[in-house]
Amino acid sequence: MAEDSKPGSAQPERKVDRRAFFARLGLSSLGLAAAGTLSFSYQYMSPNVLYEPSPIVNAGSPEKYAMNSVTEDQVTGIYLIHLQEGFFSLSAICTHLGCMTAWRQDLGIIACPCHGSRFTRYGKKIAGPAPKPLPWYRTWLSDGGDIMVDRATVIPPMQFLRI
Amino acid sequence: MAGKLDFYFDNITKSRLWRSIFRSGPGDSSLHRAQKIQQNVFLHILPTKVRRRMLRLDATWYLGTLTLGTFLVLVTTGTLLMFYYHPSVPQAYADMKDLRYVVSAGLFLRNLHRWSAHAMVVLVFAHMFRVFYRGAYRPPREFNWVIGVILLLVTLLLSYTGYLLPWDQLAFWAITVGTNIAKYVPLVGPKIRFLLLGGDLVNANALLRFYVLHCVVLPLAAVLLIAVHFWRIRKDGGLYVGNGNSDGRQHADTPSQTSVAKGVAVAEAVEKP
Repeated sequence: MAEDSKPGSAQPERKVDRRAFFARLGLSSLGLAAAGTLSFSYQYMSPNVLYEPSPIVNAGSPEKYAMNSVTEDQVTGIYLIHLQEGFFSLSAICTHLGCMTAWRQDLGIIACPCHGSRFTRYGKKIAGPAPKPLPWYRTWLSDGGDIMVDRATVIPPMQFLRI
Repeated sequence: MAGKLDFYFDNITKSRLWRSIFRSGPGDSSLHRAQKIQQNVFLHILPTKVRRRMLRLDATWYLGTLTLGTFLVLVTTGTLLMFYYHPSVPQAYADMKDLRYVVSAGLFLRNLHRWSAHAMVVLVFAHMFRVFYRGAYRPPREFNWVIGVILLLVTLLLSYTGYLLPWDQLAFWAITVGTNIAKYVPLVGPKIRFLLLGGDLVNANALLRFYVLHCVVLPLAAVLLIAVHFWRIRKDGGLYVGNGNSDGRQHADTPSQTSVAKGVAVAEAVEKP
């Protein structure tokens, strides 16, 4: 401050002397390093490989599923449903906050125990806070004759697997 | 007998070793007592002088102190629980059962940890309401109010991350629901959930992440913020006690910052020569 006010130094304030230049260089490098650290940390915290179960489920032979039945598998979180129109598979995970729903045979509906959402056996919401219907998963028949379900592929509703 | 004890105690407190640790030396003057606080790393975040009114139950209901007490209980019991707990998927639940049925005093420590956690959340809220309704958040204490709000969030996050660790059904579904709530945040929600869980499911990665947050990251943040919180009480003129009458001059009764500063200046002047 003191040398700035000297009568000789009437230069405009733009002038960057060596000290200021190196200070800026240092601060910019620190800033860059900080940004790099942030991005590096973000990548580090975001796993590249997940050791989670495969999304493809073998639901077994179609004979296992009686006509007009709704079968829940809590391990894989899917319903395998056999109606007059054919077979299809629904997610059993409530679209509200991810709780496991349950098939209520007595009421003929799918109900979520957490916050009271209710769905028809086609996944359509009939009550409760769920924002979306239960998604339909892609189903097909394997070469071995088993019903396969891909939990990673959602299909539009009312696409039945006819056998 | 008592005289003899005094003699020995005097000898200890006058020894070079004692004086190297406690530099204020013997003496009972105001200055000495102020120095005892000021020259101790643990005590120096406290004010060197407090008014008697600040220490009365009706000034604060001791809610902040009680919160600190539960925090210390949680740190102690939590550290002890860590000696038996593995944050891995099948083992965590078994360890929790072992702590309950096999480990000596394990049931007591786990329950103490759990109930202290509940108590801390209740006390933090009570403390906040007390500060709010007394108006103790007003200048010059507004920054300390902000620190307090962050501490409230840290407390709730500690409570939430600890919820998953028993790895039972309640834990699993509570974290499933909780992280799905985080997913509703616009744009970044799904990414936040992914980073928090270290995957798409509440699984081994999630357990480990919550464990590290619960036992390392959040407690360190809490200790740091608590230190700042206490330091600011001193810097903002001590605990808020109000002045008992309603003429609006709330700060008349608290020691002014200049009197605190004066005490420090005197103490430092004495120390220097």
